[in-house]
Amino acid sequence: MSVVEGKELRIVGFLCNWCSYGGADTAGVSRFKQPTDLRIIRVPCSGRVDPLFVVKALISGADGVLVSGCHPRDCHYSDGNFYARRRLEMLKRFLPFVGIDARRFHYTWVSASEGQRWQQTVTDFTSLIHELGPAPLLPQNKTLPKEARA
Amino acid sequence: MNLEKLKEIVRTVLPSVDVVIGYKKGLDALHPVPCFLTSPDEIDALVLNPACMHNLAAYLPSLKNRAAVVVKGCDSRTVVQLAQEGLIKRENVVVIGVPCQGAVSVRKVLSAIDHQPVIEASFENDTVVIKTKKGEARLALRDVAPDKCLACRYPTPVVADHLAGEEVEPKIDEKTAYQEIREFDARSLEERRAYWMAEFDRCIRCYACRNACPLCVCRESCIAETRDPHWMSQKATQNEKMMFHMIHAIHLAGRCTECGECERACPMGIPVARLKKKINMEMKELFGYEPGISMDDKPPMYTFKVEEEKIEEHKIR
Repeated sequence: MSVVEGKELRIVGFLCNWCSYGGADTAGVSRFKQPTDLRIIRVPCSGRVDPLFVVKALISGADGVLVSGCHPRDCHYSDGNFYARRRLEMLKRFLPFVGIDARRFHYTWVSASEGQRWQQTVTDFTSLIHELGPAPLLPQNKTLPKEARA
Repeated sequence: MNLEKLKEIVRTVLPSVDVVIGYKKGLDALHPVPCFLTSPDEIDALVLNPACMHNLAAYLPSLKNRAAVVVKGCDSRTVVQLAQEGLIKRENVVVIGVPCQGAVSVRKVLSAIDHQPVIEASFENDTVVIKTKKGEARLALRDVAPDKCLACRYPTPVVADHLAGEEVEPKIDEKTAYQEIREFDARSLEERRAYWMAEFDRCIRCYACRNACPLCVCRESCIAETRDPHWMSQKATQNEKMMFHMIHAIHLAGRCTECGECERACPMGIPVARLKKKINMEMKELFGYEPGISMDDKPPMYTFKVEEEKIEEHKIR
């Protein structure tokens, strides 16, 4: 994923097609100023977001991950975001256990008309990630252990 | 653990089922292995002692016939969870419960006796007596118990058609069950990170933890190995190792019955069950749910509430 070195960080956004992607579009059409760090991946529904998408992104070097869907009760498929809420909450509580800062992962709800709210979300999240700085990389290719622990 | 009672039960149950899954002697007295009984002549080969660690309920989803299975408290939760998820039919399984005073971890015993070949092993109340060439070692059961037993809340099977022995009172209450996880959570983020990096670094990606897991039921479609979707490469990097353990942990969210098979199977001694225990702790807090306790429950990730009492919307700061 290309970035402007030194200025941008890598933030991955999983946006549901019906609300948040539309919300981001509304923000764009209304010409709201937004940071450019976010790379958006459009998904059919926030219920499509496997918690492992987030984990994979974070392990592969993303500095932050944002998941956004329709507000609860407003899901295009009626209940996708209710499932997403449970899964993502589980993930949010699990990440710090393995040493990943939970602040690097955020999930929220933005509707298609909330261009302003979208701008606010992206701006706040990006500035938080910039405060946290680049995510620490995992040590690569360390030597294999000589013996198994008894 | 009452072997005579167990044999008696197996004798009465055997005619009504196709197979009884129990334990028999393995390469030595410290290594019992699972056995599949089909005729009454084999009943005398059964053994039952604290070294019987395997979770025999793991065989149930792959059996088509009516089977009886010997389960300890922790294993009985697996039976419930499998039935809850529709992976087995409860009416096809006869559950022979064995109230359990705690198992022994073969790994811990072997390391205590310096990996000497075991000549004889016997189990007294809370002592394990191991005879090797170098002499006799007496080990306290508590010192060689697997981690799961030290925080066990269900020594008596939660479901059983027959019970071989007296019920055992749990020594651990709800509050102290997750003490170890809370203590780990109290460490700093960097410490936790360093801890898991060191642990995952030893992983050889043999997938023994997954293969031993009674609730890992994807078999050949496990996303750790499929090429389509291609979640992981074959590289032996920290990224891939960590990703594998995340897949295992997250696919067991709200399903893990803490039988500890993953840890028992791990040849590198990685405390993989901890990851699942942490998620279980959160499931308990968020949804008041414990896997494998009641047949009528629904796993929390398979359902939802319109208004979640415990989930609040997160603010970015």
